[in-house]
Order: sequence, then structure tokens, then C-alpha cells
Amino acid sequence: MPKLNMVQAINLALDEAMAADENVLVLGEDVGVDGGVFRVTDGLHAKYGEARVIDTPLAESGIIGTSIGMAMAGLRPVGEMQFSGFSYLMIPQLEGHAARMRSRTQGQFTVPLVMRLPYGGGVRALEHHSESREVYYAHTPGVKVVIPSGPRNARALMRAAIDDPDPVVYMEPKRSYRAFKEEVPESNEPVEIGKAEIVQEGTDITVVAWGAMMHTTKKAVAEVESARGASVELIDLLTISPLDGNAIADSVRKTGRLAIVQEAPRSFGAASEIIAVVNDKALMYLEASVQRVTGYDVVTPYFGRELHYMPTVGRARRGIEQALDF
Amino acid sequence: MPLKDIASFKISRLEILDEQGQVDKDLEPDLSKDELLELYRHMVWARVTDERMLKLQRQGRIGTFGPSTGQEAAHIAPMFAATDKDWFVGAFREHGARLMRGEKLLRHLVYYNGFEEGNVNAPDSSQRNLPVSVIVGAQPLHAVGLAYAMRMKGEPETAALAFMGDGATSEGDFHEALNFAAVWNLPVVFVVQNNQWAISVPRSKQTKAATFAQKAVAYEMPGIQVDGNDVLAMYEATREALERGRSGGGPTLIEAVTYRLMMHTTADDQYKYRSKEEEEVWWKRDPLVRFRKYLEEKGFWDDAAQASLDEELKARMDEQVAAFEAQTDFPPETPFDHVFGTRHDVIEEQKAAFLDELRKEAGDA
Repeated sequence: MPKLNMVQAINLALDEAMAADENVLVLGEDVGVDGGVFRVTDGLHAKYGEARVIDTPLAESGIIGTSIGMAMAGLRPVGEMQFSGFSYLMIPQLEGHAARMRSRTQGQFTVPLVMRLPYGGGVRALEHHSESREVYYAHTPGVKVVIPSGPRNARALMRAAIDDPDPVVYMEPKRSYRAFKEEVPESNEPVEIGKAEIVQEGTDITVVAWGAMMHTTKKAVAEVESARGASVELIDLLTISPLDGNAIADSVRKTGRLAIVQEAPRSFGAASEIIAVVNDKALMYLEASVQRVTGYDVVTPYFGRELHYMPTVGRARRGIEQALDF
Repeated sequence: MPLKDIASFKISRLEILDEQGQVDKDLEPDLSKDELLELYRHMVWARVTDERMLKLQRQGRIGTFGPSTGQEAAHIAPMFAATDKDWFVGAFREHGARLMRGEKLLRHLVYYNGFEEGNVNAPDSSQRNLPVSVIVGAQPLHAVGLAYAMRMKGEPETAALAFMGDGATSEGDFHEALNFAAVWNLPVVFVVQNNQWAISVPRSKQTKAATFAQKAVAYEMPGIQVDGNDVLAMYEATREALERGRSGGGPTLIEAVTYRLMMHTTADDQYKYRSKEEEEVWWKRDPLVRFRKYLEEKGFWDDAAQASLDEELKARMDEQVAAFEAQTDFPPETPFDHVFGTRHDVIEEQKAAFLDELRKEAGDA
């Protein structure tokens, strides 16, 4: 098994999907000759040509809008929003059409497209390059939102996203792009969109995270385990919407405690939704109030201050400890 | 019935100062020696600060930025033709115009070092400069709104100058801005800095149109293509557009044909998609070189004057960089104070929790 970073793993998934199905194509700003500003599509232009790896004019609405047409006619477009901060220009087309074409036509027209959004902070980038806004997309019925946390699940999730019959917003945590490598199996391991992964089983507390926060949270979990011998069940959400509430509720029924680590602003985030689901499905099993470690409700600060605003290992650890000590 | 021609258009190109510094006397703008030298100084200041910022970035002393080397005439000359009362609405590659408009280099260094403080105009200033717009193509609409407001506020002669790149012309907002400005007949000057590349995407993949200037035609406004490396032509085209706009003639679109001589930003490697040979061709069209030749020809400039200017600007730069490096007062909690103009418990409670976490983090370390 080769060791790949996340950029290489997503590139591998795109390459595999394009080799397997000539309907798969890639489009976006600088995705062709340049291989994308993060090099995620590197080499694909040379290999598959400019008809299937398209350097588009600079227009996010244009990228998704034309992808909708392509998808309805049988292609499998994988569009790139160069940074998630520019992706808000795709919202009218996503909310107005991609998300609802299936419902609108009762299944006659469908929009199996993937939009890739590099997102998240911690990479010393300019304004609009650092925020975490998964809930904009998760709040749109008809759209699936997935976020890998490492190279291995990034590859598997991309393959699943391309195969999915519905629009998938695939958010890529930039901070994890080259932060670490993992062994990625030679042949794809199928994963199901809409399912969380239990990364490790435990009995004292359930901890949920996703995206770049998984890396931070794993370190915090290790600290709690070694400092106090707690048995932690760690869940990687992987899909934000539709949320795998049953996996979380099942875990909470076992552990009785829950902490959630979220990079995005605190209010109206995925963490809030997880708490609501636990309230619905497992309230009587809770032995402590659920702890949320999150970003804050401020406009994402420029990089000089951004690290203060992202959950750290220390903050995640204290959140877990608070749930344990309640 | 036979088809009838009901509309046609032509687009003109303006050049006044050629690559060798030879001027077309009939078109030469009416600028005094002092004005010409001032304009030249602003262009040199833009160039040398660009070079220094590139070094600072490579040394890790500032973050990512987009150099404007090669585009000095295209963005500085239009603002030189404007007044302080006119609005400057930039994208992110006009730092020479910003400096000329009174923004200190220190501010730019703070901005590119990741602090919003770098966007703040001096408290006592009436600077009509909007901050950098990173979102491509969004800001031309703001210029239209500003011009509308000026007319409502009894300043109908005040114009707004909006800058954008060739890539921005593909965004929907660009077209909406042109349309609104024309329908509302506002004094807005749209300057498209066509620098041939939107990161890696060449002009030929951005539009099928022969010129960007002709995009004005569909909105019923004058459009002109200008040699964007010709400072006199850029000045003259803008002066004329402003004069027309101020006297009720509506907006104008100026296409400045120029070239980004450096990388898109310091995070980019331009040799992944274009050649050094191509850049060499454009270095020969350097707007500073031809302007200097023109000034020398007129007897306004010589090597001694250049040496003295270089020395003066270097001293000014050293002073600004030193001031930048001495500045350390960036309280972490400041963002909470600027979310809203009104107080709310959500923000106050989070700010208190944030400060509490900071103390715990300090204890952890």
C-alpha cells in the first residue's frame, strides 16, 4: 500500500474514476494546465485532455451551472471551487436547481455532480481562504455534504461522491492536505455516504469530530487516555448531511457522555444539530451536558490571529474532560 | 423581407507613448513638469515597494501577496487623473494606486501580515478608498452604488473608479455592474486591467471577444482599449472618461492592455503555465522604462535625479519596514469588537469564554 497525503489521495480517486468512466470530467479555475492551485488535479489534463479537464472562465456560478446541465445529460462532472470562500457564488445554482431538480421532476431529472471545496483555516492564507461554512450547504435539502479527515477516507469518499446519484459538496480541509500521509489501499474500499466511522471504540465518553479537527481531536483523546485512563469512543463524522444520527446516538447510549469538536462558528453549526439528534434519540442516557468545542461567531480573522480562533488540542482536551467530570 | 443592419460597433485603441518613449505630440496630455514627475515618483515607489515586499514574503516576514510589477501605469495613472473626492474601488493588484491615495506602506505590510488593522484608513482622513476585494469581480457593483449615493448626496460630479482584472469580466457581477451603471447613467469608470493571465488561465480561454473594451457595447456605454503600459494614454483615457461622467455622460469601460510580470501571488509558480520568453517580451514594454525615457527626452530627468530618488525611497521604505516590525500590539480578542455595531450577549459571552481559553492555553504552554 502506497503512503499518500490527502492531495495525492484525492488526485488518485479522480484519476481512478476518470479511467473507469469516460463520463467523469473535471472543471474549474486553474484545474487544467496548472493542476489546481493546490495541485489536486495535477497530471489529469495531460492524461485525459482538455475536453475532460476543463480550465473554465473565472465564474463559480458558471462552473456549477454548466455542471448541472452536464449531469442531467449523463456526464459526471467534478467541479472545483478554488477556495470555499469563493463558493458562495455557486449557492443560487446549488440551492435553486442542483438540490431540487430531483424533487421538482419527481426523479426524472437528476444532478449527480460533485463540487470540491478546499476549506478551513490554519494555512496563513488571505481573506476568504480560511473559513469553515459546511452548514450553508448542509442546510440545503437535496445536497449531500461530506468532509474527509485523512488521505484514506478522502480517496474512498471521493469515489463514493462521484458514484452518488445526487449532488455532493465535497469539502477538503486544506490544513490536512499535506499535514500527514497514510497508507491508501491499492484498490478502492467502498464507503457509504451518510455513515459516520467509529475510529476507535470506548466506554466512558463519545467524542465526535470531522475534517481538520479529527487530527486535533485524536491528539486530545490520546492525552485524556494517557492522563486519566479514560476509554474514549471516537467518531469521525465524514458526512455532515445527511447526518448519521443513529451512529452517534448508539454510541451515547453506551458511553453516556458526549463532546464535539467543530472548527466552524459556534451558533447553528453541525455540533448543534448533533446535540439536537442526541436529545431526540438518547436524552435519557446522558450523564452529563454535551460539551461543544467550536470556533466563535466572528468573521474569520486574518491569519495573524486565526490560530487563536481554531480549536486547539488543549481546548479539545478540556472539553472532553469537562464532559467526563460533569 | 431582407435583414436590416440595426446596430454596429467599433472599438478604438489609444496609444500615446510608445515602447521607445516616443510621444505622439498631438495626443500628449496637458501635464506640467511637476505633475509628470509626481506621477513618475508614484510609479517608482510602487515598483520598489513591490520588490521589497517580495523579499519580505520570501523571508517569512509577511504572508501571501500579489505583486503588481508591470501594471503600474494601468492602475496609478487612472487614479492620478481622479481627485481625492472620487472613490477608489480596487481589487487586489493596485497597491501603487493605494499608496498614491495616501495609504502608508506600513498599512500594507500589516495587512499582508494577516491583520485587519492594515485595512483601516487613518482616523482623521476622509480617504475614499475601499479595502482590498479578494472576491473576484464583486467590487464594481459597489462602485456603482457609491456613485449613486454621491448623486443623491449632492455630489453628482463625484466619480467612482473600479478596478478589476480580465478574469473578473467572466463573473456575473461584472456584467450587472456595467448594466446598472449605464441604466442609472452614473459617473463610474471601470478599468479592466487585462494582464493576460487569470492565474494560469490565458486571456484566450477567458473570452472569445477580440477585446474586453467591446463588452461595453452591449450596455450602451463607451468602451476603449488602451495600451496599459503607456502611462500617458491611461491618464488621458481616464481623464476623458471622468470628464464625460461628471457632465452627465454616464459610465465608461477602459481596457488596459498590460501584463503581470510576476507570479499571480507568492503562492503561485507561473512557470507551470507560461514561459520566461513570454515574460521577456513584456519586460521590454515596461511602463516605467518608457516613461523615464520620455521624461529624459523632455529634460526633466537624468541619472542623478534617479539616484537621488532611489535613495530617498529606500530610506522611506526602511523607515516603514522598521515601523512595521516594531508594531506588536494586535490584541487577539479584537475581532469580537467588530462583528456588529450593537452589543449582544452571544458575542459578549463568547468573548469572555475566548479570553478564558487564552489564559488556559497560556497555562498549558
